[in-house]
Amino acid sequence: MSAEALSGSQAAVVAERSRRDRPLDLVGIVLTAITLLVALASFFPIYWAIITSVKPDGEVISGSNSLWPGRFVFDSYIHIWNNTNIAIWYVNSMVTSLIITVLVIVSSAGCAYALSQLDFPGRRLIYVLILACFMVPMQALIVNHFVLMAQFKLLNTWAGIILPQLIVPVVIIVYKQFFDSVPKEFREAAQMDSAGHFKILFRIYLPMNWGVTAALGIITFIGAWNAFLWPFLAATGEATMTVPVGITQVKDAYGIVYGKLMASAVVAGLPVAIVYLIFQRRVTQAIMLSAGVKG
Amino acid sequence: MLRDRKQEYLTALILVGPFILIYGALFVWPTIQMVLLSFTKAPLIGVGDWVGWDNYVKILSQKLFHSAFWNTAWFVVLTVIPNTLISLAIALAVNRLNGWLQGLVLACFFLPYILPVSVVFLTWNWIIDVQYGLAQGVVALFNGGEPKSLTRTIPLFMPTVAFVTVWWTMGFNILLFIAGLRNISPEIYEAAQLDSAGRWRQFYRITWPLVWPVTVLVLTIQLIAQLKIFDQVYLFSIGGRQDATITLVQYIYKLAFQQNKGGEAATAAVLLFGMIIVLSVLQYQLLRARGEK
Repeated sequence: MSAEALSGSQAAVVAERSRRDRPLDLVGIVLTAITLLVALASFFPIYWAIITSVKPDGEVISGSNSLWPGRFVFDSYIHIWNNTNIAIWYVNSMVTSLIITVLVIVSSAGCAYALSQLDFPGRRLIYVLILACFMVPMQALIVNHFVLMAQFKLLNTWAGIILPQLIVPVVIIVYKQFFDSVPKEFREAAQMDSAGHFKILFRIYLPMNWGVTAALGIITFIGAWNAFLWPFLAATGEATMTVPVGITQVKDAYGIVYGKLMASAVVAGLPVAIVYLIFQRRVTQAIMLSAGVKG
Repeated sequence: MLRDRKQEYLTALILVGPFILIYGALFVWPTIQMVLLSFTKAPLIGVGDWVGWDNYVKILSQKLFHSAFWNTAWFVVLTVIPNTLISLAIALAVNRLNGWLQGLVLACFFLPYILPVSVVFLTWNWIIDVQYGLAQGVVALFNGGEPKSLTRTIPLFMPTVAFVTVWWTMGFNILLFIAGLRNISPEIYEAAQLDSAGRWRQFYRITWPLVWPVTVLVLTIQLIAQLKIFDQVYLFSIGGRQDATITLVQYIYKLAFQQNKGGEAATAAVLLFGMIIVLSVLQYQLLRARGEK
């Protein structure tokens, strides 16, 4: 074996190693660049909606389509504030979404605690009901929800918008999983001190799972705020509409509407966008939990 | 002891009470009513004569129901598969990144998902607007320099709405895929690197088989979700030829709220119900099979 051949193969090994360990990974850089571009493209429609909403009307339809407004104006926002019921829709959306969130969380936590910690007749039946509910499309129930709400004269009321949206079985399932994993010793110790189940639920189980409650609450709120089909059916009067319904139902009869429509879109998306940006982690966690994937 | 037991039942009843009230009144009761209603010739509000299976025979042979079914199926095909592939690709790309850059990129992809459907609709309706929309620049390239309405041209309607839907909902799938990718132990990749397996080889020998269970989950969740499609398709079709692009839930809506045929609407709802339950049971079995492995 000649020395030359040996050094040749050594060189190849060294070259191979340096290629692998080289900090400058060209393919990697290209991939990262593409990823960033696609991410920007994905964000662009949102950017475009925001930018359009602060352009003067003349600029919106000038065809220049400039990515940065020549002049920032808030006329569109002032217009929708003065000429639509958006403030009322906002109140409707806020009130109904918050009530839905509180009711869903409280009723689900109670039910999950009973399923997880108590022995009582009918447990299995409740479990079957929850599973059945998972499989049933709420969209198929719109007709009978409407009939039911009409019978109780709840159409065009907050209660009418809220009630059918209280069916969120996944919250019960997630709570039950978390309550199941709380060590039994906590409950037994509390029971030694003769604490009742309500006290145990509110003083031990819920505080211990505070993060889950936050995650589920946030995702329930977002879901309720975004709901379209049911509020669209239940609230037909302009005074009882929610924001997502209102902004698609009321058309300006004259004038250039694009800027105004984008302003209403921005205003409608703002609360959920803010909630998401503040609680990113929780939102992600909640989505994983509700899909049954461990994050 | 007996008192303790009684106490426990009472506690359970109070805790489960709200659930029973809510689900009994708003899930069990409407479901029973829906089935009963489907056998009658009732208007939306009010009672009607019992007609047996007449509504079913009528609807199953109705042309509009067939187009609703096929439009929905077409929409499912156009969204579910592309969405899954794109989401997996993006998840792989995002998973490579680290730290704040990863957070930022992920937020870009995820932000659309948390927006209300009407915001998505208004935004894209403006982007594809036939007169001033930004996308018309691209459309003109394919249409001999002429603008063309993407939502009023029937063959382009579903692909356009599907595209918007994929943009809107892919954040959810990306999250699930990233969770799946993170569960793959890095040691497997290190071993592969020692065998100097290239990127592509690593993907289809390690990554793809190991995220397959997540892929199945993503596919079935979407399949069931998209069968229930209403919002976007309805919003984009306002002012257009709605019957040509009608979907199943929209068909129920039309029968009940535009034609005042409560009985027939309930029949259509029962049919949709049936389809989704079959798929859900399949999904459940699939997931359980996975869990037991």
